[in-house]
Amino acid sequence: MESMKDKVAIIGMGCTKFGELWDKSCEDLPIDASYEAFEDAGIDPKDIQAAWLGCMFLRTGIRLSYPLKLQYLPVSHVENACGTGHEALRNAAFAVAAKAYDLVLVCGFEKLKDWGFGGFPATTESAEKVHPVYGFESTGVARYALAATRYFSQYGLSPEEGKRMLAKVSVKSHHNGFLNPRAHLRFEVTEEQVLSAPMIAWPLGLYDCCGMTDGGTAAIICRAEDAKKYKPNGDYILIKGLGLSSGPNEGKITTRYDWAHWEETVRAAQQAYQDAGIKDPKKEIDMCEVHDCFSIAEVMCYEDLGFCEKGKARHDIEAGELTLEGKHPFNVGGGLKSFGHPIGASGLREIYEIYVEILGKAQLPERQLKNIKMGLSK
Amino acid sequence: MVGITSYGAYIPIYRLSRAEIARAWEKNAGAKEKAVANYDEDSLTMAVEAAIDCLNGMDRCLVDNLYFATTTPVYGEKQNASIIAAVADLREDIFASDVTGSIRSATIALKMAVDAIKAGSAKQVLVTAADLRLGPQNSEFEATFGDGAGALLLGDSNIIATIDESYSISSEFLGQWRKAKDYYVQCWEDRFVREEGYFKFLPRVVFELLKKNKLAPKDFTKLILYAPDARQHRAMAKELGFDYKTQVQDPMFDCLGNSGVAFTPMMLVAALEEANPGDTILLAGYGDGADAFVLRVTDEIKKVKNKRGIKRHLESKMPLSNYEKYLHFRKFIEFEGDKRPPPPTYLPLQWRERHDIYRCYGSKCRQCGTIQYPIQRVCVDCQAKDDYDETRLSDQKGKIFTFSMDDRANVAELPLVLNIINFDEGGRFYSTLTDRDIKKVEVGMPVELTFRKMHEEGGLVNYFWKSRPIRVKQGE
Repeated sequence: MESMKDKVAIIGMGCTKFGELWDKSCEDLPIDASYEAFEDAGIDPKDIQAAWLGCMFLRTGIRLSYPLKLQYLPVSHVENACGTGHEALRNAAFAVAAKAYDLVLVCGFEKLKDWGFGGFPATTESAEKVHPVYGFESTGVARYALAATRYFSQYGLSPEEGKRMLAKVSVKSHHNGFLNPRAHLRFEVTEEQVLSAPMIAWPLGLYDCCGMTDGGTAAIICRAEDAKKYKPNGDYILIKGLGLSSGPNEGKITTRYDWAHWEETVRAAQQAYQDAGIKDPKKEIDMCEVHDCFSIAEVMCYEDLGFCEKGKARHDIEAGELTLEGKHPFNVGGGLKSFGHPIGASGLREIYEIYVEILGKAQLPERQLKNIKMGLSK
Repeated sequence: MVGITSYGAYIPIYRLSRAEIARAWEKNAGAKEKAVANYDEDSLTMAVEAAIDCLNGMDRCLVDNLYFATTTPVYGEKQNASIIAAVADLREDIFASDVTGSIRSATIALKMAVDAIKAGSAKQVLVTAADLRLGPQNSEFEATFGDGAGALLLGDSNIIATIDESYSISSEFLGQWRKAKDYYVQCWEDRFVREEGYFKFLPRVVFELLKKNKLAPKDFTKLILYAPDARQHRAMAKELGFDYKTQVQDPMFDCLGNSGVAFTPMMLVAALEEANPGDTILLAGYGDGADAFVLRVTDEIKKVKNKRGIKRHLESKMPLSNYEKYLHFRKFIEFEGDKRPPPPTYLPLQWRERHDIYRCYGSKCRQCGTIQYPIQRVCVDCQAKDDYDETRLSDQKGKIFTFSMDDRANVAELPLVLNIINFDEGGRFYSTLTDRDIKKVEVGMPVELTFRKMHEEGGLVNYFWKSRPIRVKQGE
């Protein structure tokens, strides 16, 4: 098994404004994101040889080839729920590293706001072993709330203490998103606002939940040795390591699974750290953009990725370690919480944030971190 | 000899106070309260509860026939009894039937059970009766009707009460009815229904039975008497010559209500809970004629244990906070629910997974012993493939491992409590919690399983097991 370290470069990226984009269609989003990426990479759309599309609710490669009028190129559609954007990049990176293609477009987008309701429709997959409860009654937020209750219980936090810990995370994310011109929910919130917000699924309230958002993100990738050809000034980033872990669904069927961490996250991080040769993520990784569909998800990331001790995240949150000024800035772009969560785009959008921070393109000085060399996206 | 070998009952946890009904309609209140089914209950789920209570401690493999008596079957075409038989985990080669159409369907089923055993075509017959009847809003029926279920197991050995004699009349008399497509029970002028119907047929059947067997009211310890309401109950007992204070089983109008087909068997279960060896019971059912039975309690009654029964169910209750909620539970209020579309129902899936969904079977790995639900072909712990035994989990008790309370779920009572429970004897179950007081839900709370309605999509009723806080401690 060979490492993916330094084999593939991201030489250009684009990201639409995220939000409730009533005037943008599911054709506009990939067009806007991809053309920004083409321009950023300094290439012509005709230069790409293949494309990967990440989208959860729309299917097949035609969702990219049709709006972009790609000329009969291979376009692969991938879908892996909230990991869709990452999955598109991961598979495209393998193809480039294998020299199947030299220059590839990766695009992730989602158009959620045409539905007329919040949240996601219940699963319609009859082929999987659909459990009446998984498939129908409960919402995504109720499932994450199970983790919140368990986290509080396992680590001896009263519901009030637990909710205040989560509130601090949302306050931080909203602050970061407030500074970010492309974010969806660009406003600051206070701890008291978070705590007094309407309940969605106890113990998670409105401000513990990410936005339902339209948006798209795109990346142009090539092999590392070719990157200089497109970007002689070195204005590109390299993939250092990749990890993906799909678990046997232990949480629902075996008492061993504790619901206070995601074992899948721990395993995926281990793979990525090994791939990248990272021994001490806390020392070597300068920023993290992680999946915070709900505030508890971000707290579990702190611990599962090795940035906080198990059960001790609260101390680091209270000490401000995860803020823009802290030792380990998390969700610099505002996270799904404030930047928004168009599912197929989110993974790539996290990478976009790392890309702009490393290359010093964060647009506003107050959100431009210094000396960012390596970032982690989950 | 033929008789009752076990009994069980079920009363839903919610009580609607008659003062609350009176509040809504600005009129005088009736006595105390009535039992009302939760939004996820119907006659089928209540019949399951009573049947499982009745079968507790019995060998389920020995049941040969199952009769489900109700006037409110869930399906008109599609046998309800066959679903109940699967959920109660009875054998596949049983004889099952819905007994419906008459308010005395339970005593009709009882007669059918006695006859089947006497004829030798069955050794053990389970009769489970349940009703969820509706009266028009602001009617006497609405205030009087209550919801519940009763079950009786009959056999030819280990009998706790013999059924020695019976007598029946069938009549075309029409005074009270509900057409197949109607929601509500209707009736003719009450004087006609009472005087030409109830007060004609029921005395006739009782007096004939007494005469044939040379018995008199004084020969009975208890009279168990169907009556439409409390006033007629009292008047009929007097008419039949029984002493209301000492000889007549409490009809529970002030705490249960008239539970339709289930009413007579539920009163019988309540009587058996208090019965002593040697007691003689007269049981009288009414509707489209009448049935009367003579029962004699045996020494075996002392051996009955672990039943939830009537008394414990009556003691275990929660007030339904208001009348509007009751209308909402029964789907009489148009409301704005969650706008997310529900998924379709897949019958082939439901059929394939019938052991998981109805019988509540999980798998127990033959290699490492791990219990898992739903059935897993590859063991989650040791990855052994196709090497497991199916094991019934519906009797298991467990504790809440974690929970959440979803205010956006598509259910009639919010928040929906979603939980993960760990069974005390191994295994994990992902479920929703019903019959709950949200102020009392916590990690570690003891729970058990109950078969409930999940949703009604595609014109079908989808059932599944839910968890609930331990409802009734099964008595000795």
